[in-house]
Amino acid sequence: MTDVAERSEANVGRVLHRKEDAKLVTGQSTWTDDIQLPGMLHIGVLRSPMAHARLARVDVAPALEQPGVVAAYSGADLADEWVMGLPCAWPVTEDMVAPDHWPVATDEVRFAGDTVAVVVARDRFSAADALEHVDVDYEPLEPVVDMEEALRDEVLVHSEHGTNKCFVWPLETGDVDAAFSGADVVVKRRYIQQRLIPNAIEPRAVVVDPTTASGEYTLYSATQVPHFVRIQMALVLGIPEHRLRVVAPDVGGGFGSKLNVYAEEAIALAVARRLGRPVKWTETRSENYQATIHGRDQIQDIEIAASSDGVLRGLRIDLKADMGAYLQLLTPGIPLLGAFMYCGIYKMDAYSFTCTGVFTDKTPTDAYRGAGRPEATFAIERIMDDLAAELGVDPMELRRRNWIQHSEFPYDTVAGLTYDTGNYEAATDRAMELFGYDELRAEQARRRESGDRVQLGIGISTYTEMCGLAPSRVLGSLRYGAGGWEAATVRLLPTGKVEVVTGISPHGQGHETGFSQIAADALGVDFDDVDILHGDTRVAPTGLDTYGSRSLAVGGVAVHKAAERLIDKMRRFAAHELEAAEDDIEFDRGTFRVRGDPDSSTTIQDLSLSVFTAHDLPEGVDPSTAAEYVFDPENFSFPHGTHLCAVEVDTDTGAVHVRNYTCVDDCGTIVNPQLVEGQIHGGITQGMAQALWEEAIYDELGNLTTGTIVDYYVPGAPDVPHFTTDTTQTPATTNPLGVKGVGEAGTIASTPAVVNAVLDAVRHLGVDDIRMPCSPERVWRAVHDAGQQTGQDLSDDTAGGRL
Amino acid sequence: MIPAPFEYVRVGSVDEAVDALSEHGEEATLLAGGHSLLPLMRLRLAVPEVLVDLGRVDELRGVRDAGDHLAVGAMTTHHQVMSDPLVREHCGVLAEVTGEVGDPQVRHRGTIGGACAHGDAAGDHPACLLALDATMVARDPGGTREITAADFFTGIFETALAPDEVLTEVHLPKLDGSWGFDYQKFQRVKQAWAIVGACALVRREDGRIGEARVGLTNLGSVPVRATGTERLLAGAAAEPDALREAAAQAAEGTQPPTDSNARPDYRRHLARVLTLRALQNSLAS
Repeated sequence: MTDVAERSEANVGRVLHRKEDAKLVTGQSTWTDDIQLPGMLHIGVLRSPMAHARLARVDVAPALEQPGVVAAYSGADLADEWVMGLPCAWPVTEDMVAPDHWPVATDEVRFAGDTVAVVVARDRFSAADALEHVDVDYEPLEPVVDMEEALRDEVLVHSEHGTNKCFVWPLETGDVDAAFSGADVVVKRRYIQQRLIPNAIEPRAVVVDPTTASGEYTLYSATQVPHFVRIQMALVLGIPEHRLRVVAPDVGGGFGSKLNVYAEEAIALAVARRLGRPVKWTETRSENYQATIHGRDQIQDIEIAASSDGVLRGLRIDLKADMGAYLQLLTPGIPLLGAFMYCGIYKMDAYSFTCTGVFTDKTPTDAYRGAGRPEATFAIERIMDDLAAELGVDPMELRRRNWIQHSEFPYDTVAGLTYDTGNYEAATDRAMELFGYDELRAEQARRRESGDRVQLGIGISTYTEMCGLAPSRVLGSLRYGAGGWEAATVRLLPTGKVEVVTGISPHGQGHETGFSQIAADALGVDFDDVDILHGDTRVAPTGLDTYGSRSLAVGGVAVHKAAERLIDKMRRFAAHELEAAEDDIEFDRGTFRVRGDPDSSTTIQDLSLSVFTAHDLPEGVDPSTAAEYVFDPENFSFPHGTHLCAVEVDTDTGAVHVRNYTCVDDCGTIVNPQLVEGQIHGGITQGMAQALWEEAIYDELGNLTTGTIVDYYVPGAPDVPHFTTDTTQTPATTNPLGVKGVGEAGTIASTPAVVNAVLDAVRHLGVDDIRMPCSPERVWRAVHDAGQQTGQDLSDDTAGGRL
Repeated sequence: MIPAPFEYVRVGSVDEAVDALSEHGEEATLLAGGHSLLPLMRLRLAVPEVLVDLGRVDELRGVRDAGDHLAVGAMTTHHQVMSDPLVREHCGVLAEVTGEVGDPQVRHRGTIGGACAHGDAAGDHPACLLALDATMVARDPGGTREITAADFFTGIFETALAPDEVLTEVHLPKLDGSWGFDYQKFQRVKQAWAIVGACALVRREDGRIGEARVGLTNLGSVPVRATGTERLLAGAAAEPDALREAAAQAAEGTQPPTDSNARPDYRRHLARVLTLRALQNSLAS
């Protein structure tokens, strides 16, 4: 136990090293794949090599003859296991098309990677070998891969529905036509959000134990959302919810890809139920690329209207979003999370947004870090640069003319949200100073003037995001299938130690550290005396898990509120013990005192022991030293920041070198600066990867041609520059901690900052668009096609290849 | 990683390796560092029935001074090659090129022999060895033969090695101080293969270029020499215009592949740009 003097320093706001790390860096963690149960069998999943085919015959008999094989099932064999198909929890419109999505396909396969059959063997190697002996007759059907082609409804993904259109979702505020007809300038663009692969370092894995003494099923899964998995799997398999325990052991990253409920979880439960033995399935990286959800994949047609002095009037968005072949847990809702963010930090009179969801014969899409908001932020931040170029003003100046002033908060945006607070001026001023904006502009001018082979570009992204998902009532109005609250229980143990139970499900963020800081400060106990329990529906039965930068802004606040509630409870015991009126009891840093009588006091730890013994309690009060709080936020939170990027573009080769990246983020009150910085670093890198490197490419037959990490360019440390980061802290006014969340900020901000920088480097050469990722070939061709070629002979063949 | 089933044979000497290959014929594949073979086996694109592991054949490791040339054992790792004093002194270009392979983990496992026998025109070694006029030494039951680098790389992932032949050594010329060199590797991310690479060796002679050799990575199904460039530079003045004129011929006669990174015209363009840069740096080095 630390003494009072040492404890007096607040934990919140300080760098405290992550509690989680010692275990992780010494290999003591327990990933789902580490779990070994007696008699455990291993599942292999046969996946379709074709994007679209009828399953004329699936014969598992030859696989059953292979060594070590215990069972093998076709989709038909398992059909009676399912009470319903895999659910989509976000039917965004009343008439949304929601095709059946069975864990194992029975009649047709609709993307390369769709499940065809299941083999169960004594070890995973035998299972993998036996998969090659399942006999399948695929009758090829024409696939549809391109979204716009799919919208013609000539080739159908789900023929029984007669259309590839999943839904159309509109939003309109203000008089859009008037805003556009009265505008001096209208800029219209099409931006392509390429498809991305989330690439969590730990692949998905599932273990099911059906052999527990109490007769329940325990499902271990590498998931972000054990509570969602429990509910959905209970429904899909008809297992009573109280008979299904879901555990998320140590989970190695998710980025949204584990915010889902997957076929393999259902398959593992079904096989375990059939065989009465524990089973395991672990994904290979190749399977991860095909069968775990992808992100983005949208076509954005955007139009912005402004007056000649650069004041924004209106914005029109026509969005097409690729669902892939099926709806996963939140697939159709993801693009709609962007619907409210296209206006960014700017004021304008009118806004219209239409999103069309489209089925194609590709891997389903769903939440990927930022989920809808990076796409929206990219579009508005890019078109602000394009508009600035059109108007001939500095892009930052254009932003200043239009953003919500600090004095104008709270502000009701044109998209219908209320931004509680923010200070775009402060973050921008600090970022520009750290970045050396004026000096870099001067260097840019020199390079342009001298016709330097290497041109310099400066990219801006003054982003905001809505996070802390979410107010339940708002989610209800969007037809989301759940609420957005989060639960916490704070328990004082007899020896004065503290257990905090959270419904948040960490997978790398450092919640155990951050939440310990919050609880330690609220209770006045030592940081090391707090343990955070999570990720097991038996331990933390109430919760809505981790996604949408909600853990701190919703779950952390719940911890704080539960701790406050516990202090109130303990205050009654203190009053009784100190023989004073409850109103006269003061609580400060772990000690209860009688007001005006400094000698009359007791510590929270001593009090905990005395309540535990329950020898002398106030009348009618039960001896509980625990308190629960379920926090439902009144509003989203709105982190913001200014990200500035300087790139060098080699006009001879098209190579882009990121020279400088500076950002100042405002995520409200900071609990632990090191956790914030870590999130920002990773976030920037992931967003930069979309700008420059990553792209999931399908050929016209629906084959994923970037099927391994060799072809899909995930950047490493040598590929990114040093990041200069700083923060401003404008506390959120909608929660008592003033926190906003930071998990997605870097990713949301960085993609447009980088692409804007690339374009800024070559815009004077006549280039106004380069598709992401801005690969060297695309940059070089853009420069070359703009007629500013580098003097080389380029007359030879340009045929073939995909760009 | 779950490859298809295979039989595993560990050999302790080159003779044992040759015997194993003779016994199993085309079903057998040699395992060196495994950094090309194992990923292919993981994807079941390579399904050898017998894997002959050279990992403990010590006679294949190390660099020795063989008088007029260096002899590098086929199982010498990239890390050993790039940090070997003899290589650095006499054949610095190979140290530089090897330093561009993969990442430190790859370089501590991957071997020069494996990189050559894999026959990947997108790999960094083939173009360099071609420019060096290196010689490959192979042994089969009948004895030892030497194969020039130019004859060694025969097609897409194909080499002149017979199924029962073991690549034992790579012979490198000793280059004196009159040679400058540079390798320009152009890639998407640091760990990726080269979209195009240009390896230049230039011998300076009284302010002129005595001889220039340029090997190009990933510009065809096999590594190629920029013969047009080399021809123009032989005896040319070491001046910018001469280099530029010569580099413009770098892609002459090549048949570059198409992939998601580059169509052929862009690859040819890169070959010219990178060749020029490699030549300029070679003269400056």
